[in-house]
Amino acid sequence: MSSLPPLPPDQPANLNAEIALFLIQDGLTNGAIYALLALALVLVFAVTRVIFIPQGEFVTYGALTLASLQLGKLPGTAWLLLGAGLAVALVELTQALRLGAARRIPAIIFKFIIAPAGLLWLTWWAAPQKPALTFQILLTLALVVPLGPMVYRLAYQPLANASVLVLLIISVAVHFAMTGLGLVFFGAEGSRTPPFSDAQFKLGVLNISGQSLWVIGASLGLIVVLYLFFERTIYGKALRATAINRVGARLVGISPAMAGKLSFTLVALIGALSGILIAPITTIYYDSGFLVGLKGFVGAIMGGLVSYPIAAAGALLVGMLEAYSSFWASAYKEVIVFTLIIPVLVWRSLTAHHIEEDEE
Amino acid sequence: MSRARIVLGVFLAFMLVAPLALPEFQVTLLNYIGLYSIVALGLVLLTGVGGLTSFGQAAFVGLGAYTTAYLTTVYGVSPWLTLLGGLALTFAVSLFLGFISLRLSGHYLPLGTIAWGISLYFLFGNMEFLGGHTGISSLPAINFFGVLLDSGRKFHYLIWTLALLALLSMHNLLDSRSGRAIRALKGGGLMAESFGVDTAGMKIIIFVYAALLASLSGWLYAHLLRFVNPTPFSINAGIEYLFMAVVGGAASVWGAVIGAGILTILKQWLQDLLPKLLGQSGNFEMIVFGVLLVLLLQRARDGIMPLVVRHFPGSNKPLLPATQALPMRARPAAGEKLLELKAARKAFGGLLAVNDLSFSMSSGEILGLIGPNGAGKSTVFNLVTGVLPPTGGEVSFRGERIDTLSSRAIVMRGMARTFQQVHLLPTMSVLENVAIGAHQRGEKGVVSAALHLERSEEAKLLAEAARQLERVGLGASVHEQAGNLALGQQRILEIARALCADPVLLLLDEPAAGLRYQEKRSLAELLRKLKSEGMSILLVEHDMDFVMKLVDRLVVMDFGEKLAEGLPQEIQANPAVLEAYLGGVK
Repeated sequence: MSSLPPLPPDQPANLNAEIALFLIQDGLTNGAIYALLALALVLVFAVTRVIFIPQGEFVTYGALTLASLQLGKLPGTAWLLLGAGLAVALVELTQALRLGAARRIPAIIFKFIIAPAGLLWLTWWAAPQKPALTFQILLTLALVVPLGPMVYRLAYQPLANASVLVLLIISVAVHFAMTGLGLVFFGAEGSRTPPFSDAQFKLGVLNISGQSLWVIGASLGLIVVLYLFFERTIYGKALRATAINRVGARLVGISPAMAGKLSFTLVALIGALSGILIAPITTIYYDSGFLVGLKGFVGAIMGGLVSYPIAAAGALLVGMLEAYSSFWASAYKEVIVFTLIIPVLVWRSLTAHHIEEDEE
Repeated sequence: MSRARIVLGVFLAFMLVAPLALPEFQVTLLNYIGLYSIVALGLVLLTGVGGLTSFGQAAFVGLGAYTTAYLTTVYGVSPWLTLLGGLALTFAVSLFLGFISLRLSGHYLPLGTIAWGISLYFLFGNMEFLGGHTGISSLPAINFFGVLLDSGRKFHYLIWTLALLALLSMHNLLDSRSGRAIRALKGGGLMAESFGVDTAGMKIIIFVYAALLASLSGWLYAHLLRFVNPTPFSINAGIEYLFMAVVGGAASVWGAVIGAGILTILKQWLQDLLPKLLGQSGNFEMIVFGVLLVLLLQRARDGIMPLVVRHFPGSNKPLLPATQALPMRARPAAGEKLLELKAARKAFGGLLAVNDLSFSMSSGEILGLIGPNGAGKSTVFNLVTGVLPPTGGEVSFRGERIDTLSSRAIVMRGMARTFQQVHLLPTMSVLENVAIGAHQRGEKGVVSAALHLERSEEAKLLAEAARQLERVGLGASVHEQAGNLALGQQRILEIARALCADPVLLLLDEPAAGLRYQEKRSLAELLRKLKSEGMSILLVEHDMDFVMKLVDRLVVMDFGEKLAEGLPQEIQANPAVLEAYLGGVK
C-alpha cells in the first residue's frame, strides 16, 4: 500500500535519510488507519464478544461507494442497503406478528424499507450532479454505516449467547458473503479516488503530502471523539458497562441488542471512514478490505483484544513494518506483516499465566 | 445386518465401480470430494469434537503439495519419500504453531491460522524456486507397486482408500481412552484436568493430527493434477474447508464426507448458475456459502449429520471381556493421617477467602466441612484439589506436600472429586463418562487408539467403569446418554467417575444440592456403604440434616476461618456455630 515513487533502475535502493523519512510518513499514514480499525475491533469484541472479521468489507464499501459517487455513478451500496433493509424488515415483521406487537409495524416499515428507498432515490438523483466532496462523504456514510447494525440484526443477534468460536465462524461467513456482494455491486475493477488535498508541505528534505495530514488528523480527531463518546455520553457509558459485565449491564436495563447494534454502528462508521481516507492512497478492489482489516487485527491481538492503547500502538507498528518491508522486500510485504503475529503469539503465550477455561 | 452396514456396503460398491462406469467429469468430482473429505475430517476432529478452529488448513494442504512438487521435480525424489517429507514438515510447523497459540484462549488459534494461512499463500506465490504464481508443473505420476496412477480413474482408488482409512482411524480414535479425553475438551476441560487429562497437550495433538491429514490431502492433490500453484491454498480455500466440517457436523466421522460432498457439488452447480444469472463472472458462490453457513449456525448448529444419524440407530456395543482388572493402589491403614492443612491461606486481591485454616483428617473417616454461604468452603476444596494455589501455608496428603502440585498430579496420588455443578458430557454414554475417571490408570496414546491396538487396556478401563457403576447402583443405565439422567443420578454418576480414579480420599462438593428427599436418602446410604468399604470422604455440604446423620466429625468455617471442630452433637450445641448460622439470639 505504499505510494513510494519507483526508483530509476540504475539507482541502487539505498536507504538515505530522505527515503527513511518518507517511509515513516507512509507507515504513520497507513498505521493511523490500522489503529482506527484496531480500536473498533477491540470495542466490538469487548461489547459483543464478536471477532469482527468483516470490518474490512466496510472499508471496501466506504472506499468504493465514494469512488462511484465521484464518477457520478449510482453506487451499488444504495441497492445493497435497500436489500439488507428488506431482509431486516422481514425478520422484524415476522417477530412483531408472532409477538402480537402490531403497533411496531409502521416504524419497522419506515426504518427498514422507506428510509433505505429514500436514500436510494436521493443518491440516484444526486450522484450524476457530482455534488461537493463533503456531501459525497456524508452520503457515503449514510449508505454504508446502517449496514453495520443490519448485519448485527441478521447474522449475530439470533446467536448473541453463542460461544466466541461460533461467533467467529459467523464472522468469517459474513465476510465471505459481503466480499461476494462487493463483487456483484462494484465489479472486479479497482478504484482510486483523487486526494482530498493536493497540498505538499516541505519540511527540511521531507515532502509531506496533504493527504497524509488528512488521514493522521482525521484518525486523531476520531479517537478524541470516541473518547468523549465513552466518557461523556450515556450511550457510551452503557457500552462500557456492557463490556465490563454483560449480565450486570442487563440487570440495570441496558439491552444487549441495543449495545450490539450501537457497537456495530460504530464499527461500521469507523470502517467506512477508514475506507474514505484510504481510497486516495491506494487502489481498492472489492476484496482489498480483508487484508486491510486483518492488519488492524494484528494490532488488536497485540493488545490481547482488550487494551485500546496497545492495540493502537501495535497497529502503528504494523504500518511501519509494512512501509519498511515494502522498501526492502516488497514481494514479501504481506508475508512479513502477517508473520509478525507469530512473535506476538509467542510473547502473549509466555506471559499468559494459566490455561483459560473454555466457555459453553 | 443393520441398516448402517447395508448403506456402507452400497457406498463401497459404488466407489469400487464408479471409475469404471461414470464419465470423466463425475470421476473428477468424486476425486475432489475424497481429497476434501480428508481435510474436513481433521476439522471435524478439531472443531466439531475438540471445540478448536483453524482457518488455515489450506496452508497445510499447500505444505504437503509444495513439498512433493519441489522434491520430485527438482531432485527426482520418489513421491513415497516426499509424502513422508511433507508430513514431517507439516508435523514440525503445526507443532510449533499449536504450541504458541493453544496455551492462549480459544480464539487465538483461529486468528493465528488466518494470519499464517495468508502469509504462507504469499510465500508460495513469491518464492522464485517454487515457481512464483505460475507454480510447478510436470510432477511425476505415482507408481503404486508397478501400476502407474496416471489418470483420474486410477487415482480414484488411491484417494478413496486413503480417505476411508483416515475415516476408520478417526472412528477408532474417538472410541478410546484418548478419544474420551478429546471429547471432553469442549465444555469439560476443568473436569478432564481433574481426572488427569493433559488438556493442553490433547489440544496440540488434535491440531497436529488435523494438519497431517491436510498435508496428506495436499500430496494426493499434487500428484493427481501433477501441477501446483498457490491459488488452491489461499485463505478462502481454508475457510471453505471449515464450512465443509460445519455443514457435515461432528455427530459422526461421515459428516466430513457429507460436508465435502455437499459443498463440492453445490459449488460446481453455483459456479455454472450464478454468472449466468448475474451476467458477469466471479466467485459469486461465496455469497451463497456465507449466507448458508449463517443460517445453518442459527438453525442447526450441529450440522446435517444429526439428521442422518437419526435414521441409523446404533446397537449398544457389548462390553469387551476384560481378562484382568486394573491394578489398585495400596490402601492406607485405618486411622493413618490422610489430609492435613496447616495455616492454609488464600487471598483474592484484598479479600481473604481462607485465613490460616488448619485441620486434618485420617483414613476411614467422613469429615464434613460446613459453614454459611461465602465462608470459604469451596475455596478450601480448590486448594486441596490443586485448582487454585494457596497464598500461604501447607497442604499435605499422605505425608506429602501437595500445595504446589497441579490437579492432574493430585488425582494420580489418590484423591478424586465431584463438582458442585455437575460436570458431565451430556451426549456421551454413562459408561464413557465414568471411564474418564480412570483416564490416568491407562497409558495408551493416540496412535495405538487410531489403530485399535489398545483393546485389552480399553476393555479393562471400561470394565472398571462398569464395576463402579454397579457399585453405586447405576448398573442399569450404562448405555444411556448421561444428559438424560435425573439430577440425582447425575450426582451419583459423578461419584462413580471419581471412584474410577481409584482414590483413597473422595472429595464431594455439595453432593446433596438440588436433590429430592428420596434421592438424598439413597445418596447417604451410598456414602455409608463406601465408608464401610474403607473409603475416606471429605464432604462440603449445606444440608444440616444430611450432614449431621452422616459424618464422623465436622469442621465449621465462617469468614474464611475455622469456627469450630468436633463431633456432630458437640457442634450442634456450640454457641458460636449457632450464632453464625442463626444470627445472634438475645
